[in-house]
Amino acid sequence: MKKKLVSGLITAVVTVSLLAGCGSAAVSPAESDTKEAETTEATEETEAVSDADEGKVINIYCWNDEFRTRVETVYDQVVETSEDGTVTTLKDGSEIHWVVNPNQDGVYQAKLDEVLINQANAAADDKVDIFLSETDYVFKYTDKDAGVAMPLTDLGIDPDKDLADQYDFTRTTASDSDGVQRGSTWQCCPGLLVYRRDIAKDVFGTDDPEEIGKKVTDWEVMKAAAEELKGKGYYTFASYADTFRLYGNSISESWVTSGSTTIKVDQQIMNWINDSKEWVDSGYFNPTVKGQWNDDWNKTMGSQSKVFGFLFPAWGIDFVLNPNWDGESGAWAVTNPPQEYNWGGSYIHAATGTDNPQHAKDIILALTANEDNLTKISKETSDFTNDKSAMAALASDENFTSEFLGGQNPFAKFAPVAENIKIAPLSAYDQGCVELIQNTFGDYFQGEVEFDKAKQNFETAIMERYPDITEVQWPE
Amino acid sequence: MKKKRKSINYGKWGYIFILPFFLTFFIFSLIPLADTIRYSFFEYYRSGIKEVGPRFVGIENYVNLLQSDMIRYAGNTLILWIIGFVPQIVIALLLASWFSDMRLKIHGKQFFKVVVYLPNLIMASAFALLFFTMFSTNGPINSILISMGAIREPIDFMGSVFGTRTIVGFMNFLMWFGNTTIMLMAAIMGISIDIFEATDLDGCSRTQRFFYVTLPLIKPILAYTVITAIIGGLQMFDVPQILTNGQGNPDRTSMTLIMFLNNHLKSKNYGMAGTLSVYLFFLSGILCFIVFKMTNKNDPDVSKAVIKSKKKEQRRRG
Repeated sequence: MKKKLVSGLITAVVTVSLLAGCGSAAVSPAESDTKEAETTEATEETEAVSDADEGKVINIYCWNDEFRTRVETVYDQVVETSEDGTVTTLKDGSEIHWVVNPNQDGVYQAKLDEVLINQANAAADDKVDIFLSETDYVFKYTDKDAGVAMPLTDLGIDPDKDLADQYDFTRTTASDSDGVQRGSTWQCCPGLLVYRRDIAKDVFGTDDPEEIGKKVTDWEVMKAAAEELKGKGYYTFASYADTFRLYGNSISESWVTSGSTTIKVDQQIMNWINDSKEWVDSGYFNPTVKGQWNDDWNKTMGSQSKVFGFLFPAWGIDFVLNPNWDGESGAWAVTNPPQEYNWGGSYIHAATGTDNPQHAKDIILALTANEDNLTKISKETSDFTNDKSAMAALASDENFTSEFLGGQNPFAKFAPVAENIKIAPLSAYDQGCVELIQNTFGDYFQGEVEFDKAKQNFETAIMERYPDITEVQWPE
Repeated sequence: MKKKRKSINYGKWGYIFILPFFLTFFIFSLIPLADTIRYSFFEYYRSGIKEVGPRFVGIENYVNLLQSDMIRYAGNTLILWIIGFVPQIVIALLLASWFSDMRLKIHGKQFFKVVVYLPNLIMASAFALLFFTMFSTNGPINSILISMGAIREPIDFMGSVFGTRTIVGFMNFLMWFGNTTIMLMAAIMGISIDIFEATDLDGCSRTQRFFYVTLPLIKPILAYTVITAIIGGLQMFDVPQILTNGQGNPDRTSMTLIMFLNNHLKSKNYGMAGTLSVYLFFLSGILCFIVFKMTNKNDPDVSKAVIKSKKKEQRRRG
């Protein structure tokens, strides 16, 4: 009997130590983190006094360091950011903790969803205070049933007064189905047609943005230009996906209307499918490029490429086209697109349950409602920002020119587009719909499947992605 | 009772020593496994950030899955697996018998063993990314073929069903044939040298020796290799996932069962995903059973049926 007891004990000890081993390994980094935080807090408490109710730690969820650099540029409370970019100290002693997860493959959203769902039970310093979202999925978070993004009025921001100078469509985008604004953006992303000057001269005899603009006023007119480009051995665009945003963002009804489980494919999407098929068959796109954001697509932005133009907003020109261009600067120019559109934009939201509402309000106001700050961002980064009067001033500013665009002032072209954007109604299903319709119809454009099969594939794929979707309706 | 206690039993120490493993297995594997099966009877997913369920729906998930394209994806998986496995086992057997052949005296045997195993060390996703770049329409393979004058227009490898499937199969072959070679070599080297000498004395040709001596004697290991390959094949997803960006292009012809499962997990659809896992579980069980039966029919060590029939024979003779 004794023996049994001993052996039992030994086993117990072994198991416990084994499990303890697992546990401690997982816990220790967090432990050391909090310790660190405690010590830094302790040192700072002596030198600064902050609002009594406000928490000490502001957790901001985002997907890259863009928002951090913007905050550092214009938020006047910033003292310094730690070298690894994870902690920014403010003048009142509180700290911004940056939680960065990549946007690719839905990683950012997955992490954010997890913390938002557990928001109510989290300790004050672990709560999400501010998070960012992109236009493609902003509605998922501004949805009033989800209730994770605070209405701006609850923060003490009056959108009609404080945000009056923002472009209207950005305010619509950040509002829920009742029109209550739950987010705000510093960016405005009107898109333009960016084209190669040398190709324009070769084919049309001029590279003047006004002249080229006349050749691309709408899709019908543009087709003639595409034919001319083809005659000289050039492609108009790189891929069928390039034109999608122009159609996709001007749909008349949202993909899924509130409360319904039916996806309604808009006529604009069908137009995109029909036009793209026609353009692919006519050889106006580079046939070796499939979709966007891949190596083949990047290569078509190089000097060896035969692609005439791209449809990009400001960030596309600076962060996508410019790094991929290997020729001399000044080879590109911008002009009006065949259809006004908006592509992208990051929205700032205050998370429901935040313990730093005052800071959230200050940051949102500093970044999205202050004309001087927005002008500063635009001048420093050539980002087109969300302030009508500031942008109008820059658009007519003779000194504000882009070297990459051969001395052209792109804002002169952006501003009128931004004024005319009618943003498509949003739904929480937009991201999947946009992604999957491009993918499934890619096979159709390349002649792999028939039209009906592509439709069927879209239905299968979308119902896999969103189990609550029961039906897909196609326009007649 | 008392008598039994007196006999010394060391067996229990064995149990005690493997207890920690079973405890961890129980906590980290068995409970999640049971949970998977449980959730397969529930409707449980996330719409946006709103959780739906869990709501008990009986076998609705099972019926829905059978009505979906699951069978088609199972077919895809099978085809992709066969394209990779057939060359893999043939080349591996060939290499294994060469490497373990005393008479051949291959120089640098160790070196080649390492080289054939190397592809297995690369992460599947990195390997897939490499192939994706190599075979893309503007990639090096196309440029080489064009500059050699073999083709005029670049071939769209990933745009055709044949191309994509062949590339996936080829990659799986490349990654796993080394592993199989090493395994089979160990099996062949386990065969007593005496037997090979005897075959030589009896004037056996090399092919005869391979088919009549080596192959039957390595059957248990061969069965093991096939079973593990089947299970691995059923779980195949990394290569086609990366190669086709998770879409199983073109026209979902390279969508494997696990990629289908991953699609459900994008919406955190634990119910459907659980159901699919249960199907997979049964499928692999059945496949393994068939292989096991097939390869061990005449193996006196394992099959009880053989022992029984032998006993019968003996009785008849006696």
